[in-house]
Amino acid sequence: MLSLISHDTPRSKILTVILLAIGIGLLFAPFLFPGSRSMETAARIAVFIVLVASYDLMLGYGGIVSFAHTMFFGFGAYGIAIASDTLGRGFSSLAIGAIAGILVSAVAAVLIGLISLRVRAIFFAMITLAIASAFAVLVSQLSTITGGEDGINYQIPRELTPAFKLMSAKIFDVSVNGKLLNYYLLFFCSAGLFLIMLRIVNSPFGSVLKAIRENDFRAEAIGYRVVIYRTAVTSISAAIAAAAGALYAIWLRYVGPGTALSTEIMVDILLMVVIGGMGTMWGAVVGATVFVLAQNYLQPLMQVAVDATKPLPLIPQLLDPDRWLLWLGLLFILSVYFFPTGIVGRLRKNG
Amino acid sequence: MSEPLLTLEGVHTHIAQYHILQGVNLDVPKGGVTMLLGRNGAGKTTTLRTIMGLWQASQGKITFDGQDITRLSTPDISRLGISIVPENMGIFSGLTVEENMRLAVLSGKIADDRLDWIFSAFPPLRTFWKYPAGNLSGGQKQMLSVARAVAEERRLYLIDEPSKGLAPAIVSSLAKAIKDLKRDGATVLLVEQNFSFAKALGDTVSVMDDGHIVHSGSMAELAQDQNLQTRFMGLSMETA
Repeated sequence: MLSLISHDTPRSKILTVILLAIGIGLLFAPFLFPGSRSMETAARIAVFIVLVASYDLMLGYGGIVSFAHTMFFGFGAYGIAIASDTLGRGFSSLAIGAIAGILVSAVAAVLIGLISLRVRAIFFAMITLAIASAFAVLVSQLSTITGGEDGINYQIPRELTPAFKLMSAKIFDVSVNGKLLNYYLLFFCSAGLFLIMLRIVNSPFGSVLKAIRENDFRAEAIGYRVVIYRTAVTSISAAIAAAAGALYAIWLRYVGPGTALSTEIMVDILLMVVIGGMGTMWGAVVGATVFVLAQNYLQPLMQVAVDATKPLPLIPQLLDPDRWLLWLGLLFILSVYFFPTGIVGRLRKNG
Repeated sequence: MSEPLLTLEGVHTHIAQYHILQGVNLDVPKGGVTMLLGRNGAGKTTTLRTIMGLWQASQGKITFDGQDITRLSTPDISRLGISIVPENMGIFSGLTVEENMRLAVLSGKIADDRLDWIFSAFPPLRTFWKYPAGNLSGGQKQMLSVARAVAEERRLYLIDEPSKGLAPAIVSSLAKAIKDLKRDGATVLLVEQNFSFAKALGDTVSVMDDGHIVHSGSMAELAQDQNLQTRFMGLSMETA
């Protein structure tokens, strides 16, 4: 079935099992892990899989380093927020917001690409960093439209909120309400976007991207216009990031600089790409899952460890949940040291 | 001699502060193999790269089939029907042999008879069709590099030292493939250091030295004249 979409199969038994576990876990998350926190985590994983995969499309396949990816994510998120805030709650507002966000994102990426993809990679990275910073400042200053630093709270269609009951009976003790529908909207859209990217990287277009990444002069000598291809992949990647932003905004019902534009999100994306493995879509799945789980559950895990090691000297202090970022950083360094090609690269090598 | 398909008139190329091509005048006749010979550092590779637009000519004019291509971009030059086999092979190691080949055909589909001919000329490519090109041996990589350039019919083939560092058996198969191209009426500009290889394939020859063409004529004439060989190419040419 998968080979119909892509020839890039997992190529490792362990990786196949991990990917299946993630896929099934996300599909049945509301029933397997009841509770709002686990549902929030599952939704965040699904959105970040798409966001990280779209970034890897550019970095891992196109060899393009960009720091503007959260800006594209923000276009989608703010598109939903502004449309819902100004046009009122409704599916039409969501559709207008999402389409506007995706279009603005794609067009902005084309403009940035055509202007700056001719320069060397490091300069392109700097240009994207400058543009993303300028956009973040603009969002902060245009508070009448964007809500400034406070962001925007808005209403989404009632059918996607907990107040809407699809049926009175529960399934496996879980209420079938609008929140569940909202989760499955996010899940299936994310899955669809991921499969589209999987198809893209295994199409002739994907082969040209990989060729450009390896040797752009040679690709030009064969007849491929490198700037056009790089601009196209930047635009596709930006549009998909905006779609991920729109899905996340529908889920959260709030958009602010911290949730959609912050530098921390950009750093998280980079870490997820590296942890999962660059240049493979499966890396985004593994990287996003591991990272988001660590972000959400490292602190409680550390509290358990502190309780268990209370009688010992020093260790409880080191494992204090307040130091979770230190341990997350250490985990990252260790993963880069032991898995330089990412978890997926390592598993494929062993497989 | 037939009319030239490619003409270089007073072409100069600078790379950083170095003045490599210093007024190259070269005619490549339509149909047949033109050898570009000369010592190391004479400017042969730079000539091919300048024709392809990989390095821009700072002065002079390059005409292909009546069209001025001096200022065209590399992809545009390629799309006019010129393909290049670079000296360093330039294969995409992370892609499979099949992907490398398909990339060379802008339509994405290699004609069946063309593929049959490529497989008969270079059997290892059929064997390793689904394997990453980076896993091939040096000779197989060179086969892939040549096969990629000829994956579809082009009007001019620029081939840079295809026999360099290869085993005699592989050199023979490369020579046979180029002879097949020649028989089909293709136009080839071939840079070579191996004089035996050059003699076997060349119809016309141009000899370069210090960024100039110092001799042009028929290959047969040069092959028979020991004095000309010594005068234009010194002792650096491999005669084996």
